Amino acid sequence: MARIIVITSGKGGVGKTTTSAALAMGLAQRGKRTVVIDFDVGLRNLDLIMGCERRVVYDFINVINGEANLNQALIRDKRCDHLYVLPASQTRDKDALTKEGVERVLTQLSEDYDFVVCDSPAGIEHGANMAMYFADDAVVVTNPEVSSVRDSDRMLGILSSRSRRAENGDEPIREYLLLTRYDPQRVANGEMLSVDDVQEILSLHLLGVVPESKAVLNASNAGVPVILDRESDAGQAYNDMVSRYLGEDVPHRFLNPEKKGFLSRLFKG
Amino acid sequence: MGLLDYFISSRSKGTANVAKERLQILVAHDRAARDQPSYLPQLQEEILAVIRKYVDVDLSAVSVNYEQEDSHEVLELNIVLPDTIHQRA
Ligand SMILES: Nc1ncnc2c1ncn2[C@@H]1O[C@H](COP(=O)(O)OP(=O)(O)O)[C@@H](O)[C@H]1O
Ligand SMILES: [Mg+2]
Repeated sequence: MARIIVITSGKGGVGKTTTSAALAMGLAQRGKRTVVIDFDVGLRNLDLIMGCERRVVYDFINVINGEANLNQALIRDKRCDHLYVLPASQTRDKDALTKEGVERVLTQLSEDYDFVVCDSPAGIEHGANMAMYFADDAVVVTNPEVSSVRDSDRMLGILSSRSRRAENGDEPIREYLLLTRYDPQRVANGEMLSVDDVQEILSLHLLGVVPESKAVLNASNAGVPVILDRESDAGQAYNDMVSRYLGEDVPHRFLNPEKKGFLSRLFKG
Repeated sequence: MGLLDYFISSRSKGTANVAKERLQILVAHDRAARDQPSYLPQLQEEILAVIRKYVDVDLSAVSVNYEQEDSHEVLELNIVLPDTIHQRA
């Protein structure tokens, strides 16, 4: 039985796809059989972040409609044996994601994999609802910014009322907070909400804090999940996140500005 | 960061605390709305329709508040009538 993890946020552009790619790769590198599914029908881009866009033949909607079987649609990652990508359709409408169809695909994947990571589209509409409905765990990706925190809170309301677990009265979805695009220097200057500020409002289990990092754009340019950039701050933060998700007790890093001497702060900034 | 900016930024408080205060209010408001029974908006509309048969008021004149207290729920209805009440023909 796979565990189904949704990467969600409400707000767009906060780092869901970056996080989905990182979490899926990190789990697979630790030997877990993992599939990552792009639920952003019509705006697929997980395949770009994973660097497998030229190998897409069939997609999630083809499988739901019975036009292809799962094995035809799943793309095996070239860097990691245990990782597969199920791309979204570029041309169809979100309504093609039927609840029965999604359930059938997830049930089938559950038999062969340890983790299914669902990359949610933005919004609180049908696509986002389908991505979170069957989840066991939810990673709520949030930026330290008013609209993002607010949307995350709304998403928490939806997770606890409109998911399969909520409707069946099962144990609730486990909710985790991932704070991304965090700029410790701006936090220190009082210009940006701190982890503690955000936690005071959302009070979730903190899975990690990913700093604002140039490595993320570099990684997406190259089609390599940033978690593979072991030298980078974001890559390391994502690695810590995966370890924490799997139950390891890893201290949080990148919460404080890099210590600079007084003079270098004056002249470099 | 220039010399001046350095001293200014280390002194000024920044806007994060404003963000936090706004968020606390917003989120409290959202959560209260979320915990309301789902019939409230409809109830508000129907009450408004009834009132409009007699008095010319707009949507904002009728507010329906729902609060949950320890052992009971309070449904509070607030109707603001215009200064001069125009009877409808
Ligand atoms: N930690 C980060 N540092 C810098 N840029 C980031 C970071 N995380 C995400 N981004 C950038 O933000 C944009 C949106 O990221 P993406 O993962 O596509 O978000 P979403 O899937 O939530 O829309 C992308 O351009 C990405 O490169
Ligand atoms: Mg995305």
